[in-house]
Amino acid sequence: MKSIELKHIARLARLRFKDEELKVFESQVEGILKFVDQLKEVDIQGVQPTTHPLSLSNVFREDKPQVSLPMDEFMKRAPKSRGRFFEVPKVVEDKSR
Amino acid sequence: MANLCEKTASQLLELYQKKECSPKEALVSVSGSIKAKDKDGRKIHAYIDSENVTPKFREKAFSSGRLSGIPVAIKDNICVEGQEVTCASKILKNFVAPYNATVIEKLLDAGAVIFGRTNMDEFAFGSSCETSCYGPTRNPRDPERVPGGSSGGSAASVADHTAIAALGSDTGGSIRQPASFCGTVGIKPTYGRGSRYGLIAFASSLDQIGPITKDVRDNALILSVLAGYDPKDSTSANVPVPDYLRALENQNLSGMKIGYPVEIQKDLTPDAAKLMQGAMKVLEKKGAVIDRSVTLPHTRYAVNVYYIVAPSEASSNLARFDGVRFGFREGSATNLLDLYEKTRGEGFGAEAKRRIILGTYSLSSGYYDAYYLRAMKVRTLIKNDFDKAFKEVDAIMMPTAPSGAFKVGEKTKDPLEMYLSDIYTISANLAGIPAISIPGARSAGENLPLGLQFLGKPFAEETLYKIAHAYEQESGLHKTLGNVR
Repeated sequence: MKSIELKHIARLARLRFKDEELKVFESQVEGILKFVDQLKEVDIQGVQPTTHPLSLSNVFREDKPQVSLPMDEFMKRAPKSRGRFFEVPKVVEDKSR
Repeated sequence: MANLCEKTASQLLELYQKKECSPKEALVSVSGSIKAKDKDGRKIHAYIDSENVTPKFREKAFSSGRLSGIPVAIKDNICVEGQEVTCASKILKNFVAPYNATVIEKLLDAGAVIFGRTNMDEFAFGSSCETSCYGPTRNPRDPERVPGGSSGGSAASVADHTAIAALGSDTGGSIRQPASFCGTVGIKPTYGRGSRYGLIAFASSLDQIGPITKDVRDNALILSVLAGYDPKDSTSANVPVPDYLRALENQNLSGMKIGYPVEIQKDLTPDAAKLMQGAMKVLEKKGAVIDRSVTLPHTRYAVNVYYIVAPSEASSNLARFDGVRFGFREGSATNLLDLYEKTRGEGFGAEAKRRIILGTYSLSSGYYDAYYLRAMKVRTLIKNDFDKAFKEVDAIMMPTAPSGAFKVGEKTKDPLEMYLSDIYTISANLAGIPAISIPGARSAGENLPLGLQFLGKPFAEETLYKIAHAYEQESGLHKTLGNVR
């Protein structure tokens, strides 16, 4: 995997790498991809994919309201919050300024 | 009574019943053992937190349940209400579980005592327990060596008599391979046999919780408690749970056909070859017929398939760790994207990042068909191989790992080499079938435990317990391997 591609994938995955990490990863990921590429030799014509080992479909629960955990339980686990809101850096830019 | 920590759960239950000791004495013995072994210089480090271990139990069940008064250690990716659960990752450090996993509810209802958090590879990504943000766990049989992974802390605690029994989770061998390395018994149940509710997800189509114990009896006993349908996990199967202890009633294996696949017979290490030779003799003595002609032609691709499917699912599951709602947040971010990238870049360790990258790549536009879709199709072929084999045989045998425990640091430089240590365990997860690892032999020279693995039809854990128990009783290995020194 080329470093420019690795940077693109890292962006998609929302991961920041240090430059020295990037170097090591390049060759390691390359090696792993080469290994998984052995799958190209398998004849998969007409084979259905297995997403899941059990053949379950449409598992519904009864449409009955249930008690949820109190909101406090979640808010107190947030790294930064204000009242009922999670606090994050500003998302919308103020264009008027 | 001395050394209660060295007893099995079944032995303790009998002692309680005869009033020869109390659950309280057993707990004192276990915590005493943890404290003593913390200071003995071997640095086993099976527990993440052994200072502030607050046992949890339900008073009513404690006096009457099926596991009443049995302390059970819990892997750090299973939620215990009010206790930290971190997957041995910086990104979840200090996170306190808001509710109990269903398996914890079931243990508490059976009277068990939840006791201690065991170390693991970060997010269960690893085969050596070396990627934990708390530092590695070492193998009690030889502290120069790894305990296996990812449930290395669980296996090491049981082997070191700092736990009576422990829970682990298995996505590609994370219960069985450490059980093998530490000389303990570990089962990965059928996919859907039990609930994953409250297990922090790694790869949702592969993960399953199971017990790690000192012998087969304890394993059967604890799985009987853990198994069953859970409305909170829509992937758990609504299939009745037998009492697995009944499978141990007789040890006669006549009429039982066990397959030893052609593909596995090739390329064995000398230790593994000797293990299998010895195992066949024992099983034949118990009346089983060994079929050496069954084939699993596609299992040679299992590791390749796994390293697309598992990281793909993991990259999706780990997207939730973004520094907004819980866990670690990198404080210097100036905008939202920066917050995500810095938090995840700082919070995840190297192996977690590697797998997130691999998964994101396999799922990304332009590569999906070539990687993820192709892997899922080869997964079907692997599953079909097992379906076909199980028309001929009742169970399949193979080594759990190519060798005994390797040295600390031996495989950390080359991720691929680490991945290949799971070559015999991964297919059971891909096919969704149950598999158990029991002490099978010792390695030549170093005298390390070597696990013997039995794989069964979906929901045929009973068959596995029957075979494993017969083997264990005949070989007597659980008694000698059960002693650390």
